[in-house]
Amino acid sequence: MALAFDEYGRPFIILKEQDQKTRLRGLEAQKANISAGKAVARILRTSLGPKGMDKILQSPDGDVTITNDGATILEQMDVDNQIAKLMVELSRSQDYEIGDGTTGVVVMAGALLEQAERLLERGIHPIRIAEGYEMASRIAVEHLEHISKKFDFGATNIEPLVQTCMTTLSSKIVNRCKRHLAEISVKAVLSVADLERKDVNLDMIKVEGKVGGKLEDTELIYGITVDKDMSHPQMPKQIEDAKIAILTCPFEPPKPKTKHKVDIDTVEKFQTLRLQEQKYFDDMVQKCKDVGATLVICQWGFDDEANHLLMHRNLPAVRWVGGVELELIAIATGGRIVPRFQELTTEKLGRAGLVREKSFGTTKDKMLYIEHCANSRAVTIFIRGGNKMMIEETKRSIHDALCVARNLIRNNSIVYGGGSAEISCSIAVEAAADKYPGVEQYAIRAFADALDSVPMALAENSGLQPIETLSAVKSQQIKENNPHYGIDCNDVGTNDMRQQDVFETLIGKQQQILLATQVVKMILKIDDVISPSDY
Amino acid sequence: MAIEKIFKDDATEEKGERARMSSFVGAIAITDLVKTTLGPKGMDKILQSTGRGHGVTVTNDGATILKSLHIDNPAAKVLIDISKVQDDEVGDGTTSVVVLAGELLREAEKLVASKIHPMTIISGYRMAAECARNALLQRVVDNKENAEKFKSDLMKIAKTTLSSKILSQDKEHFAQLAVEAVMRLKGSTNLEAIQIIKKPGGSLKDSFLDEGFILDKKIGLGQPKRIENAKILVANTAMDTDKVKIYGARVRVDSMSKVAEIEGAEKEKMREKVQKIIAHGINCFVNRQLIYNFPEELFADAGILAIEHADFDGIERLALVTGGEIASTFDNPESVKIGHCKLIEEIMIGEDKLIHFSGVEMGQACTIVLRGASHHVLDEAERSLHDALCVLSQTVNDTRVLLGGGWPEMVMAKEVDELARKTPGKKSHAIEAFSRALVAIPTIIADNAGLDSADLVAQLRAAHHTEGCNAGIDVISGSVGDMAELGISESFKVKQAVLLSATEAAEMILRVDEIITCAPRQREDRM
Repeated sequence: MALAFDEYGRPFIILKEQDQKTRLRGLEAQKANISAGKAVARILRTSLGPKGMDKILQSPDGDVTITNDGATILEQMDVDNQIAKLMVELSRSQDYEIGDGTTGVVVMAGALLEQAERLLERGIHPIRIAEGYEMASRIAVEHLEHISKKFDFGATNIEPLVQTCMTTLSSKIVNRCKRHLAEISVKAVLSVADLERKDVNLDMIKVEGKVGGKLEDTELIYGITVDKDMSHPQMPKQIEDAKIAILTCPFEPPKPKTKHKVDIDTVEKFQTLRLQEQKYFDDMVQKCKDVGATLVICQWGFDDEANHLLMHRNLPAVRWVGGVELELIAIATGGRIVPRFQELTTEKLGRAGLVREKSFGTTKDKMLYIEHCANSRAVTIFIRGGNKMMIEETKRSIHDALCVARNLIRNNSIVYGGGSAEISCSIAVEAAADKYPGVEQYAIRAFADALDSVPMALAENSGLQPIETLSAVKSQQIKENNPHYGIDCNDVGTNDMRQQDVFETLIGKQQQILLATQVVKMILKIDDVISPSDY
Repeated sequence: MAIEKIFKDDATEEKGERARMSSFVGAIAITDLVKTTLGPKGMDKILQSTGRGHGVTVTNDGATILKSLHIDNPAAKVLIDISKVQDDEVGDGTTSVVVLAGELLREAEKLVASKIHPMTIISGYRMAAECARNALLQRVVDNKENAEKFKSDLMKIAKTTLSSKILSQDKEHFAQLAVEAVMRLKGSTNLEAIQIIKKPGGSLKDSFLDEGFILDKKIGLGQPKRIENAKILVANTAMDTDKVKIYGARVRVDSMSKVAEIEGAEKEKMREKVQKIIAHGINCFVNRQLIYNFPEELFADAGILAIEHADFDGIERLALVTGGEIASTFDNPESVKIGHCKLIEEIMIGEDKLIHFSGVEMGQACTIVLRGASHHVLDEAERSLHDALCVLSQTVNDTRVLLGGGWPEMVMAKEVDELARKTPGKKSHAIEAFSRALVAIPTIIADNAGLDSADLVAQLRAAHHTEGCNAGIDVISGSVGDMAELGISESFKVKQAVLLSATEAAEMILRVDEIITCAPRQREDRM
């Protein structure tokens, strides 16, 4: 690192341990940052679109993840570079906010950075580029609004929702039965959705997976599954019209929080204590029985004696149920979680039409299904698949599809997919660029070029000639003034995305453009990178 | 300015062709490893663990082999996983599934080399898999209605499964054992009710099925060795010192005499408990936990057989077979269900004494006692028998049956080949490749048996061009034979699972174009 010297030739020390740090400044810093950002985008570029490829990620512990989901790839990639970390964050925030389009947003940011590099070389100030990008993104977002289409769906007409979810799923490994999965996702979302308030609580949808079977066996359960079995092997395996007591107190002798000692010094005391203990167990079970519960679900363990008493009084019970599951069960059955036996009342019991235990395969795996709940709002998607990685990937894909369906319920506008929206925006931005005087014009034009990179990557991944295809589609859009032409990835024979039924959500697309622009602006504004050198 | 490193220190990245190659190589290496165990003349593998003692396992079971391998290659891990799932789900076909997936990838590698996009291959494979499944569905035999025939189907399946295992010498005997055991289950897939006890000594032929239940425990001293019309109480309760479970309770005394008093009270408590247990009117008491000398003595006085420390599975099974419930409190004897059996006696197998419960209430459970020359033989016999039991219990639920000996593969290959001819475009290459991969399985079976595979498979293919042909490879005589006559059958469910999960796994690996490996987590030195 260059050191500054005073008039006597002594170096100024400004930073702590200055000589051990590397420092990049000015144009050099920007270029280094841009190249790091581009490198990340390049990794994801090949996963874009229906013909995108997957990545194998091997964690430090040797676990293998195979995925197509941008956010997951980046999260597991063990990235060290700061700028690359920004890109990871970018993908993650798209994931949190929208849930889908996590790959697209990174590819978009990468393209914007690439264009910015060229402008920097021509001597345009980074801040001016950033401003130009900002203007361009506003134009693009407005244009998206303009070309978007509202469509109607109701509880009965779910077809449009299913179509959109299918578009999302078609880029994943599960595209073999995307129709089936899309229907499941839409039904799941609709059953928990509050259509009045246009809100969906995705926490109410539980996604469970178990290896074995085939993907087609994936099912939607209107109820909850719990990966537990009855506490006593001889309890009934099936309960109809169950009244469920949901407890968070163990079936064990009480353990007061304050430290105490019970001293036994006479035989009488010993015996009273013994009797009390027995009575305590008896009371616990009796209380559950008194309020009319026919099933006890408990967060904690049972003492052997209590277990037998439960069995004896014909009160089936499940122990060690996790907190999250407990909450879901409470929501689904309309019961209340009871922390103390004393507070157990009939009103606090949950109700379910059918509780049954189901076993799988040749091992002892058992699961508990709670179905026909009083409040059927909580649902479970139960995934089956050939191997562990497949299940994990299906879970991620379902999550994406669920998010898409939720977004559509929030805002029922869609744009057409297959790169058509990007191409249309690119044309609009390009046209608008000429109206801006000043240096920003170049940046806006560069933005338009960057927008082209998404359809370009789509075409490339589908094995088409990228430049040729893109220019053909673009001219078609302009000629016919129809923003629905996109890249024909599946070789269907038409470029019209309306006929192919390829939709994406408007908010997803808008968010992609806004987030990508924001991150690129941030990266462009950095002109000094100080990092501790390797030791 | 060169691109800076974006990954952490030792993370590596493999892209495009290199990544694909690395997964192909890994997957094919795994396939070649287990390939030689396929079929009736497949060879076994010795696995030596790196742990203390360097324990040795000799096995023919694909899942067991793969489970014990330490693999670094991610694609290979996928294959190991499918084999494990196959084991959990249907129990057999663990080798076949890996071999099929490997062959699919081997064919895919050739296609990729001739510039066909992996996505095209995948869609071709999917069409082919669907077509193959339909082909199988058309040819299944379902003897659900006819109990007699179905039983012979089960027998055939058991024999076919066992013939590739160490038990092949006595497959008739073991098939009989397995079928009888599974038939007792009456349709449940709960294999827990079948207990397998291994006792070294004797020969495999001496293995037998016992309709009762055998508990690997000794009878306490001074207690009756033989009880007729036994009433059994199965319990899970503390019979050592019955502690007060209220938190924080402790004994604090100020003189020796008090200690004695409390000790007396404790003893009294135990005596009461025993009295309560005896009040159930039982003559046999089985506890999961320890029984100390004092209560044991009390039981002996009352003429009750007390068995301590039966493990949890044993207790559950015993409760299941005798129809009793597992009790932990003993206050209301009239409502506790007590198990019954006709006879409890001590029997000798080899030189070990075991307790035998016969004439139990519920006929579902049974015990298979395996005898054999060494532990290794017994372990392998248990695995083989487990495979057979799994397959049979699955078949009882899904009664569709296919012929074996490479017959299903040839049927599928034929249909898939026809599909390839009808399909336009590059996909047809992939479909054709799928059929080649299917044919590879009979080829490997023949190769492993030391037969002229090229000749045999060609004969088979020709034979299959006639409608409704039952030809397969008869490994024993080394020629093409009629599988229906030879009585070689396989379960449809197993074959379907093999087909679907192999295709799924191949698809998964084919879709990959980049491998990012993080640096292995640094292990802290334990020294």
